[in-house]
Amino acid sequence: MSETNGSHWDLPPDGAEQAEPRGPYRVIGTPPPAQARTLLGDADSTAEVVVRELPAGPDDPRKAKGAERIVVALFTISLLASIAFIVAYVALPLHSLDGVFRSNLALGLSMAIAFGAVAMGAAIWVKVIMPHVELVEARKPLASTADARAAFAKTFTEGAEASGFAKRPMLRRTLIAASAGLALAPLVVLRDMGPLPGTSLRHTVWRKGMRLIVYGPNTPLRPADFAVPGQMITVVPDGYQDNLDVLAKATTIIIKFAPGQLVPNTPQRYGTQMNWTVDNIVAYSKICTHVGCPVALYEETTHNILCPCHQSTFDATRGAAVIFGPAARPLPQLPLGTDAQGYLIATHDYYEPVGPSFWERG
Amino acid sequence: MTLTEKALDGTGRFLDDRLHGAVSVRGFLRKIFPDHWSFLLGEIALYSFIILLLTGTFLTLFFQPSMTEVVYHGSYLPLRGVRMSEAYASTLDISFDVRGGLLMRQIHHWAALLFMGAIMVHMLRIFFTGAYRKPREFNWLIGIVLFTLGMLEGLFGYSLPDDLLSGTGLRITQGVIQSIPVIGTYFSFFLFGGPFPGHDIIPRLYVIHVLLIPGLLLALISAHLFLMFHQKHTQMPGKGVTNSNVVGAPMYPYFMAKTGAFFFFIFAVLALLSTFAQVNPIWLFGPYNPSGITAGSQPYFYMGALEGALRIMLPWEWNVAGHTIPFNVFIPALVPLGIIFTGAALWPFLERWATGDHREHHVNDRPRNAPTRTAIGMAAITFYGVLWLEGANDVIADQFQIPLFTLTWIARFAVILGPIFAYWVTKRICLGLQRKDAHVLEHGVETGIIRQLPSGEYIEVTRPVPEQTRATLEYNRVNAPELPRSAPEDADGVPAPGTTGMLGRARTAARRVITEGIPLEADGHGNGHGDGHPAAVSGGEQHALEQGGPDGADGDGHTPSH
Repeated sequence: MSETNGSHWDLPPDGAEQAEPRGPYRVIGTPPPAQARTLLGDADSTAEVVVRELPAGPDDPRKAKGAERIVVALFTISLLASIAFIVAYVALPLHSLDGVFRSNLALGLSMAIAFGAVAMGAAIWVKVIMPHVELVEARKPLASTADARAAFAKTFTEGAEASGFAKRPMLRRTLIAASAGLALAPLVVLRDMGPLPGTSLRHTVWRKGMRLIVYGPNTPLRPADFAVPGQMITVVPDGYQDNLDVLAKATTIIIKFAPGQLVPNTPQRYGTQMNWTVDNIVAYSKICTHVGCPVALYEETTHNILCPCHQSTFDATRGAAVIFGPAARPLPQLPLGTDAQGYLIATHDYYEPVGPSFWERG
Repeated sequence: MTLTEKALDGTGRFLDDRLHGAVSVRGFLRKIFPDHWSFLLGEIALYSFIILLLTGTFLTLFFQPSMTEVVYHGSYLPLRGVRMSEAYASTLDISFDVRGGLLMRQIHHWAALLFMGAIMVHMLRIFFTGAYRKPREFNWLIGIVLFTLGMLEGLFGYSLPDDLLSGTGLRITQGVIQSIPVIGTYFSFFLFGGPFPGHDIIPRLYVIHVLLIPGLLLALISAHLFLMFHQKHTQMPGKGVTNSNVVGAPMYPYFMAKTGAFFFFIFAVLALLSTFAQVNPIWLFGPYNPSGITAGSQPYFYMGALEGALRIMLPWEWNVAGHTIPFNVFIPALVPLGIIFTGAALWPFLERWATGDHREHHVNDRPRNAPTRTAIGMAAITFYGVLWLEGANDVIADQFQIPLFTLTWIARFAVILGPIFAYWVTKRICLGLQRKDAHVLEHGVETGIIRQLPSGEYIEVTRPVPEQTRATLEYNRVNAPELPRSAPEDADGVPAPGTTGMLGRARTAARRVITEGIPLEADGHGNGHGDGHPAAVSGGEQHALEQGGPDGADGDGHTPSH
């Protein structure tokens, strides 16, 4: 609270107010005495101590006069802009891209003017019309006085003694135990928020004989459909094109290489499982082993597969081994084969979990 | 009767009869608000939050937090007939079929960005001026919680439309959650109601985004404001400013009008941005699909440091006893921001412990007068900044034609070396600025005028330091009392209590570093030189100084000095 005093706006301090009644008791039906009807002090009784804290008028009345005109104009502009906002809302139709952008322009601009004009007006009002003042308020230390602390300590101790909280340990300990129970119980009810993971992260829907469908056109693929080696194609398991939960794990990329480009896996050096490829076509999981973004970028000249999220980079010729970035494991390779009609199929699910690492992965 | 008399006589009496407000409200109206541009930063955050509540309420009237698949039939032709979640379809409807909907979405989005930006800059201001010191530690901690909640609130908010970009963000979030050792898989399955993406996450994030976190934010912001009000504002050093007063303009009518204008101004700026600067055009991204992504996808700026930390990390992963520990994911997700937030939360207490300074502080430090604090702050900014830039490394590599892998390697070194360098440079700059201040206080303001004395000697003419400047420069140089226990040992070589043992020695060392500075002469404007400012005053100049004194106005108001 402010430490200013001497103003005739002051009411008597709290204590004084309690000591004497504010005015004579009123008889029902009679008009209240004039003094009780107002918060204004009695000017006569305090006339000698009138000290203003704030000047009544502006620092420069002439400038203030001009500023007033500007502020009035700004407030009027704001009102007009608000009306324009309503008119634009009613008059401008949407339902086309142009319509939406026109409406957005009209509504946004009128709104900005409606708010901005009031803001500017009020700012000028404060700066030019209100007199400049600088008041000083005293700051008391936040710590209470020693007396107040002692009184508090007494109250606190008395309460503790009366309740017996300190003296009756069983009461205290069982209450604490009960609180712990109350805190634990709500945790249990969160159990049904989801199923347990089980081994679901270890498998995808890919199984022997399932066709690879080009994502988008949803057509199966024959090795002969690849005219030239090079580009990367996204494929999904046949029949699951619209199942996002399946796609989040089973989405796969296939790349065709020229003969001899693929580096076979050997005990000495990680590489491609050649018996899982068909006609130099290799398939890898599209789900990054870092945090699960789709590895959507492929550079033909370097055979690098790049994840656009965190730039984990995999060498497509060497079993998608990591060559840069935060991913720690190669993209799992999908075993490929062809069915009786010559279409590309999986010959098994991925042999290892796809996507980001997890504790139980092993 | 004037307008005010009428109001007091009618409404005033009615209210006071019932609420007894004349005393307390009068105090409130006369509350003094110190003025400084940097005090507006917190207000920007507050008002952005109010605008977020207003626009967010509007959006909830039309948004459908559902992952049920529908076929789109709205006004946006390119996506007609496309299967998508109801969440995405209703966001398209808000943008194209609800009048003012696009504007509200954009204001909501811009306000969220402004909210986070303002909190960041506000926190930096509080840190660099030492405004977190006793008695305001609670408010500092509340602020850190507010910032963390704001990050989560923003992340969940931009996940709601279920467009390709937001779904990718959610996928990364899920991958990070899944990487947490022991509990990660379970946590992810419970949060998403099964495998990613499932059908539960958007409704769940929705209730967290519109009810849970805003409720917490509102409660904490109220506590933040109440404490600030109760403990009164800090103020910048200046003429008449002391640790036991508040100098400024009263709440009524000055601050009321100013802050009202400021709220309207922020609303106007956000409306302008939302009119002309498109943000998050979800219709261009398409509905979420776990097999699709766009190159160059970036998170919002307040998530950039986390994203950068993920990108910068080395591919470390352990397989131990049948378990996978993906250090490459959960370390960058938890450690860098953990260091910053935990460090920020502990710093006030660490500083108080090291310096033994248990006084209340209501006058802000100038950053240069606390060189170690300022240097640590700059080191933290550098650390965060490198991670933040690395979060956009693909864009930077593309724009500046730097190979991507090279850039990441630069960042890997810079994130360690950058903060060290920033600490050292900042500390040097602060001490240099202190020397400059000391010089000005000792010798007056340089005028650039060289005068030849009758003896043939050249001197530079200086002006006395203006009173306001002197008050600012001297505060915490002159007013700061000697810290308790600042002497490591007494005259007999007996160490002061609390300075022995390993902890005590660490404390002494920390105090030496934290309180490092360039001292002034005891009288504040003598003719001496601070430490490390070798005396270079010749006898003749010394004599002239003693006669004039830098602020003792001699005949023409100029004081000769060296």
